[in-house]
Order: sequence, then structure tokens, then C-alpha cells
Amino acid sequence: MKLTTRMLTAGAVLAFGAHAAAAATLDDVKAKGFVQCGVSQGLAGFGAPDDKGHYSGLDIDVCRAVAAAVFGDATKVKYTPLTAKERFTALQSGEIDVLSRNTTWTLNRDTAQGLNFAGVTYYDGQGFMVRKSLGVTSVKQLDGASICTETGTTTELNVADYFGTHNLKFNIVALGSNSEATAAYDSGRCDAYTTDASGLYSTRVKLANPDDHIILPEIVSKEPLGPAVRQGDSQWLNVVKWSLYAMIGAEEYGVTSANVDDMKANSKNPEVRRMLGVEGEFGAPMGLSNDWAYQIVKQVGNYGESFERNVGQGSPLKITRGQNAQWTDGGLLYSPPFR
Amino acid sequence: MSEPHVFTPTPPQPPPSSLVGPVAWIRQNLFNGWLNSLLTVVALYLLYLTVPPIIDWALLSATFSGTDRSACAGSDGACWTFIKVRWGQVLYGFYPEAERWRPNLVFFAGLAGLIGVVPKTRWRKWLAGFLLLPYPVAAFILLCGGVFGLPSVETARWGGLTVTLVVAVTGIVASFPIGVVLALGRRSNMPIVRSVCVVFIEVVRGVPLISVLFMSSVMLPLFLPEGVNFNKLLRALIGVTLFTAAYMAEVVRGGLQAIPKGQYEGAKALGLGYWQAMGFIILPQALKLVIPGIVNSFISLFKDTTLVAIIGIFDLLGIVQAASKDANWLGLETEGYAFAALMFWIFCFSMSRMSLRLERKLDTGHRR
Amino acid sequence: MSAPGHTGGTAPARAAPWNDPAIRAIAFQLLLLAAVLYVGWMLYDNTTTNLAKRNIASGFGFMEQPAGFQIVQSLIPFSSADSYGKAFLVGLLNTALISAIGIVLATLVGFVVGVARLSKNWIVARMATVYVETLRNIPLLLQIFFWYFAVLRTMPSPRLSISPVDGIFLNQRGLYLPAPVTEPGFWLIPLALALGIAGAVGVSIWARRRLMATGRRFRSGWTGLALIVGLPVVAAVAAGLPLHWQLPELHGFNFTGGIVLIPEFMAVLVALSLYTASFIAEIVRGGILAVSKGQTEAASALGLPHGLTLRLVVIPQALRVIIPPLTSQYLNLLKNSSLGAAVGYPELVAVFAGTVLNQTGQAIEVIALTMAVYLTLSLIISAGMNWYNARKALVER
Repeated sequence: MKLTTRMLTAGAVLAFGAHAAAAATLDDVKAKGFVQCGVSQGLAGFGAPDDKGHYSGLDIDVCRAVAAAVFGDATKVKYTPLTAKERFTALQSGEIDVLSRNTTWTLNRDTAQGLNFAGVTYYDGQGFMVRKSLGVTSVKQLDGASICTETGTTTELNVADYFGTHNLKFNIVALGSNSEATAAYDSGRCDAYTTDASGLYSTRVKLANPDDHIILPEIVSKEPLGPAVRQGDSQWLNVVKWSLYAMIGAEEYGVTSANVDDMKANSKNPEVRRMLGVEGEFGAPMGLSNDWAYQIVKQVGNYGESFERNVGQGSPLKITRGQNAQWTDGGLLYSPPFR
Repeated sequence: MSEPHVFTPTPPQPPPSSLVGPVAWIRQNLFNGWLNSLLTVVALYLLYLTVPPIIDWALLSATFSGTDRSACAGSDGACWTFIKVRWGQVLYGFYPEAERWRPNLVFFAGLAGLIGVVPKTRWRKWLAGFLLLPYPVAAFILLCGGVFGLPSVETARWGGLTVTLVVAVTGIVASFPIGVVLALGRRSNMPIVRSVCVVFIEVVRGVPLISVLFMSSVMLPLFLPEGVNFNKLLRALIGVTLFTAAYMAEVVRGGLQAIPKGQYEGAKALGLGYWQAMGFIILPQALKLVIPGIVNSFISLFKDTTLVAIIGIFDLLGIVQAASKDANWLGLETEGYAFAALMFWIFCFSMSRMSLRLERKLDTGHRR
Repeated sequence: MSAPGHTGGTAPARAAPWNDPAIRAIAFQLLLLAAVLYVGWMLYDNTTTNLAKRNIASGFGFMEQPAGFQIVQSLIPFSSADSYGKAFLVGLLNTALISAIGIVLATLVGFVVGVARLSKNWIVARMATVYVETLRNIPLLLQIFFWYFAVLRTMPSPRLSISPVDGIFLNQRGLYLPAPVTEPGFWLIPLALALGIAGAVGVSIWARRRLMATGRRFRSGWTGLALIVGLPVVAAVAAGLPLHWQLPELHGFNFTGGIVLIPEFMAVLVALSLYTASFIAEIVRGGILAVSKGQTEAASALGLPHGLTLRLVVIPQALRVIIPPLTSQYLNLLKNSSLGAAVGYPELVAVFAGTVLNQTGQAIEVIALTMAVYLTLSLIISAGMNWYNARKALVER
């Protein structure tokens, strides 16, 4: 009956001309009892429904972490699958509370399109996939090639930039969705398929013979992917941002879903004690309970667990950590201190 | 007096064998003149080129058994196993399996109601009334759930034929009253009313449905006050309804124009006001005239529902397409599209036959 | 229907103002106007508030910014350094291109199939019926997907292209045709063509005048055709055939040179033409059937030969019935060309309401402009067809 209530509200609002009170997102979320999360329509490992319609993936785990922080229950999430085109409007209009859909953090999006990015879940870069039979080993050999991509993404711009600076010719075939672009590549319409490298791995495992395709070594752009929220609600921005940092920090301090209870009881590390809510009152300023980070790690796991489970060695994608390792291991993941 | 001469006609001779029988039929219909003979030969050759391979692909060499891709290995024919395995999704999308009786119930209740309304029985009026008011409400509650102990099913999980039918039926039912009002407005004497209606109708008819759908999916949310938002399916429904209403208005206007002036004048002479005249005299006649037109609008709307696939709603076409992108079933687009085409064809063709029958039936009633 | 002018004078006593239809009509209209304005203002107010609050850019300033992407098919030179405004133009031209060619193809196929449905040849008539009943009952989008995804898959790779004639190649990347390249002296040919057309028009006017004055017929059609074809041929020979064909060549991954019809274009064009043709066929059939048999019989009674009967009696009358619904089919085709966006054909919706919208995020401006373009194109087509229809309409004497 939610539809009816919403229609009635809309009717009432139209009739009386009042702007509905813009409640803070966190209060809104608490009131309705779940987090509405905008996700991909299907990108294996990052956010995809199985054949029963249940979602899983790295981006999905961010949604679940936010729910765990707010409600202490990671299952209180509802997913809205979005196309690349409608994702920002969905967030701007309040249809979703958080957008976690392999979205690149860019200056324009962060400022002029009404979004605020809350951090980076995956440091990515745009790559190219070709058939092994072509005998191509570098993007620079793709002069004159046809390249398939999904329209409405940064990739379309990066290809033009990269090929332009290297003085290479190309034909871009921009299709409406990721799956259509993949199908067009698979049917031979294009020599190469380009998207974020993570997407290439995710796509490759879905092709009929993954071993017939290789991913070229060049990464032509920076694609930091992360969750985004609406501008103008810093409380909610903090909730999402620190939910992500809790996952990243937990890995750094060696807190996992398996040992979190033990750590909470016995850890001597003050950083861990503050994060898990044993010391200090760090949840309240965000409007959360004090064990918010404990709930995240307990129910969702730390970043490393989520990574391995969804896209790493425990998954068909077999992506190595690379840039997405902790800063202590030479990667880029770095959580600000819990203090 | 001799017996009167009785005329006994000689029994008629059978027509010459060149005029009857299959051979004659073939000569008259296929080989009368060199041009026709040529056409026949070319046509037969074309049929020979196309029909046997299609039958072979779709039926003779096709695979129907098995539960995975390996069942189809080594066969040149169609792999219908794919459709068989995905059958549940084709009908319901991601609607939870335990709850699938709900769309079933809605569908069969609606179908039974429609069939029951056709013959002239005592119950007809009650049934029609039920279909118009309680049925849509009940269907809505049943499909969405969340009350009376029914588990809630988000619209994001609806899909397949269920969504196609929901969009098409809601679109046509909701657009009908709007269309009637617009049509009346367009024929009104009041200049402002007329201009508002004309502008709406012509603008909507001048733009493609896909732009209306884009508008409802990416623009509508920005039109609404903060905190008010509709879900995606509802927005698509609003777009489809407004779009169809403009076409419906033109269909109804056709009916209004076909009513002779005497009827309008007669109603006025009886002292009926505008709404009385319209409600009791003009509209009942006009709407009866345009029933075939409404069915035709419904057919085009039914086909147009496929466009919601572009804004990311998994209707019948969307779900078939999504399924053929599945790693295990890649390369089976042809089967998927052929099957979806067949389903759409069955629905549209039978509705167009129905529209023709209605046209004939209603036509006789109005011949003067 | 309330008629405001008729009421006041005839009533013996003035009715109360709320019962006076004229006053009620005015009040009602004012109310409606107020409601429309109010809703309009509401939407405007909500939208501006929303945009400002969420810090979303607005206005058409983005049209001059560099686009940064490329477009696979463009009738005018376009690079990623060009502006969004130019990308808009490219999309618009691609829409116009596919609509124009689609309209011609659909009309040709539609007329052939429509006439075939009335053929006395049983097989031909049945085949035409099957064509019409199949294609018009399957959604267009599905047909586009079929031609793009299912048929494209069966095409060979560029190296194994089908080449019926040297210089023409068909493969997964499209249909490659030789491109005409002009040489100096080519200007003679268009000039000769223009002269030929002018001459043909002149001859036909003269022939008609003579027919009216003396009743003697002159075969102006053949003379005109000879002028239009003959003069350019003579000019071409005189200038030493100043034209050569640039053949497409396999170079690296793809063919270069020549003209390429990309698969997206072909799939949308084929689906769009065949689908619309099935509706046009029905219109043509209906138009021909609408000409009563008496007309044909009267024509033969007058001694008109079969060809002239068709040309002077049947077709002009059939056209009168055909043109209005044909117009709406043309409009449908134009609007349906927007489905090209679904398979990446870079027409207006794909380029502008797709890529540009995504890159700029300015949904309102982009969608509004797109709709305005379609509206304008629709109005132009229907104005053109109305003009033609008015010319063909029965002149009642």
C-alpha cells in the first residue's frame, strides 16, 4: 500500500502547494525502516541479482554496511536496479538514499550534478578486452578498430581522449546498457570492448569461453568507484562515508567477522576499542548507536573479506588486490583514524 | 385430350473439366497469363527457400528436452530448452516463486470476467461493474501485497508477461476517462478549454513514446517536491497513460463526430444540460462506435509496452533479452526473440481478429 | 453543448448568474486556466527549488561546451573537440537520414505488398497477407533487436566478408560500398541535371497547354525522362567521366574508404521500413478497394485502355483515401526512429537524450529540447502532407 500513500501524499502536496518537509535522510531512513539503495542492473561481483532476484556484490555490501550501522541489521536494505542514465536522477529525487552502483567519482558529478561521493570502494581504471585470436597485445595496436562501450559513462569520453592523444583512429559503438554492449562485442560487432577493468573481469567470466579473451595491460584512466549521496545532508554523508571506512579500517586492524566478538572483548588496541564502541561515544554524533561499526564488521565483514568473497580469489572473477590493497601493503586504501 | 406435355429438362451437363477441379483452380488462380505464372514460380521458389529451413530449425532439429545448455550441444536447430528453463521468469520476472499464485489469480480472474461479460446475461452489468471498480483495486492489492498478511512484493521484482500486461491494461483503463474528457474538451465551444486540450493532444502525439518515458523516468522526479517520489514502474505507468490518453482522445473524437447533429439538437430540445446530454445521449452512442478503435489502441499500446525495457523495466522483451545475456545461454538471442515475437503475435493477432468481429457486429446495428 | 451567444436574449426573465450557461462557461474556463497556470507554476517552482537545493546546473550553457565523445556515424565532420550543440546537430541529421530513407523504402514495399494483397494470383495474395499479419503484430523494438542481435551474429568477420561484386562487402561491421569521388570538371554534371529537370518541366507545361488547346497528346513523360537522364550522361562523357569510385579496402581491423552503412543503421532501417510497410500495405489496399467498381467500368466504357484507367481514374481517387492515413504512418516512422537508441544507432535520442544527458546531467533541458525537435519535425511533415493532400483533394465544382 506504499504506492497509494505516496500517491496521496503527492496529490496532497500538489493540491496544497506545500513543499514536503525535507527531513534529514537518516531520520527518514530510520522512520521507514530500511535503506533504499540504488544498484547496478547486473555487474557480476559488484552488484548483480541471482536467478531468484537476490543481490550480492562489493557495491551491495556497502548498502548492507550502511543498514547494519543504522539498524544493526544488514538485511534491512531494498535495492533499486538502475540504468546508467537514471542513476543520478534517482538519487537527486530522493527515490534512493544511497547510490552504490560502480559509479566513477568525478569533479563534475561531485559539484554540478547534485551528488556527494562518500569515498572509494574500488580504485579502478578503464581497460580494453579483445579476442586472443586478434594477436593484439597493446591498446596502441588498436588503430582503426571498432570499440563497443556502454553509453552514458565516463568510458566513452576516456576512449576519445586516449585515442586522440595517441593519434589513433577508432569507431565507437555506444550501446544502451552494459549487457547490450557485451552482446554486441560477443557477436563480433566490435574488435574490443572497453569499460572499467573491474567490469571487464566481471564481463569476461560471463562470456561463453572466457579464455578466448584477454584484457590488455594499458589502463587509460582513473576510475575511483564509490557510493554517492545527495548534496546538502552532511549527516547522512558521514554515515555512508564512515560505514565504508569502518570496513576498510577493520581490515587494517585485523578485525574480521569471525574475531570481532573476541576483539571487542579483549583487544588492547585503543583504535579498535574506539571503533567497536568499547571506548568513547563516536556513534552518537552521527545519530547512530555506539556499536555501529561492530555491527558492520559482524554482519558484513571487513573490506578484505567482502573483496575476496565478491571479486577476489573466492569468486569467479579472481581479481587481485593491486591498488585496492591496504596502504600498509602498498595499496591505496586508507581509512582516517577512528578518534 | 392427350396427356399435357410435361417439360422435363435435360439434366445439366457438368462444366467442362477445364473449369472445375483442382487443376482448373490452379490454372485460373496461379497460371492465367505469363505474368501470373512468373509470379507464382518466383513465389514458390521464395517459399521453398524460407519455409523448410524455418520448420527444420524451429521444430524438426530443435531441442526441447534437458535442463541446461549441454542438452542443445550438437544440434543445428533451435534450443527451446532455454525458454523452458526460464519459463517462470518469462511469465513473472523475479516475482517470488511462493507468491506466483497472486499474478495467476489476477490474470485468470480478469480473463474470466472478460469472457463472462461478452454474452448477454443477467449478470453482465454486475460483472462489468466488478471489472471496472473492485477488480483493479483488488488486483493492485494482490500484486503489491503488504496488507492482509500478504508478503509485500516490490515492483522492482515484477517482470515478464506480468509487467507487460500490467502496463498495457493499466495504461488503457486509466487513459480511457482522460481520453474521453480530452475529446469532449476538444469539441467544446469554450476557447480556453479547447486550446488546452488541443495543445495537450497534439504535443503528446507529436513526440515519440520513448521521450515521454525518458521524461517520466528522469524528469518527473525533479518536478515533484522533495520527499515525494514514485517508484519506477508507477512513473512509467504515468507516462504510458498520458501518452495513450492523447491517442484515445482522438479515437473518441472520431466517435463524437460520427454522431449526427440531430442527436445533439434532440438532447437539447429535451432540455438536457451539457453533461446530461453527453452522459445519456451522445457518449453511449459514440463510445459504442469507437470500441474497435479502442481495441486497436490497446493493440498498439500492448506492442509499445516493450519500450519500458529501454528505461530498465523487465517486461516480456526485457526479461527475454536479459536471459539471453546469461553466460550459460549466450548466443541464443534468436530463440529468445522468436519466442517473444510468437507470444506478442498471438496476443496482438487474436485481439485484432476480435476487433474485426466487433466492428462487423457493431456495424450492422448502425446501418441505416 | 452550451452556446454562449444564444441564451441571454431569448429568456423572458434572466436566470440567476450561477444558472446562466454563458457565465458558467466563463467561470469554468477561468477556473481551468487558473488550474493550468497553477500546476505549471507548481512544477516550475518545485523544479527550480529542487535544482537549486541539490546544486544541479541549469540552463543551455552546456551546449557550447566540448562534447568529449565521438559518434560512430555522422553526416558532418565531428570530433570529440566539438561542442554538445554540434553533437545535437549530428543526432538530428542522423534521425532525418534514417527517417527519409525509411519513408521511401516503407512506401515502396508498402505499395508493392498492398497491391499484391489484391493480386488475383492466390499464392502472391496469401504471401502478402502473411507478411502484413506477421509484421504488424510484432513489436517494432523486438524486430529491431532481432535484426541487430540475431542477424548480426550470423554475419562473417571483416576478413571473411561476403562480396557479391568487387568493391561491395558485407560483414559484421556493416555494408561497405564504393564511394564516388569527384574530379575537376564534375560540376558539369549537376548543371546538366538541373538543365534537364528544367527542360522536362518546360516540356510538360507546353504539352499540357497543347493538350488543352488542341486536344493532341504529347508524350511529355518520356521526353522529360530522356532530358533528365540524357543531358547528364552527355555532360559526363563530354567532361571525360570526371568521377571515379573509391573502393573500400581491408586495412588492419576494418575496411577503410568507401561508404559504410553501419549495422545499427541497417538493422533499424530494415526493421523500421518493413514494419511501417505492413501498415502502409493495408492503407493502400483499403484505398484501392475504396474506388468503386463503377469507376473502372465507366472508364472502360469510355474506351480508356487499362493503363490509362489506372493512371487517370483509379490511382487519383485511391490517393485521396490513402494520403491522410499515410501521413500518420510517416509521422509514426519518424517517431519510431527514436528506437534506434536501443541498439546504439546515433540518432537524436541516442546522442542527445542519451550520451549528452548522461554527461551533463541536465535532464530537463535535454529532454525538453528533444521533444521540441520531434514536435517540430512532426508539424513539418504533417504540414507538407496536408499541402499535398489539399492539392489532390476533390475539387468540388
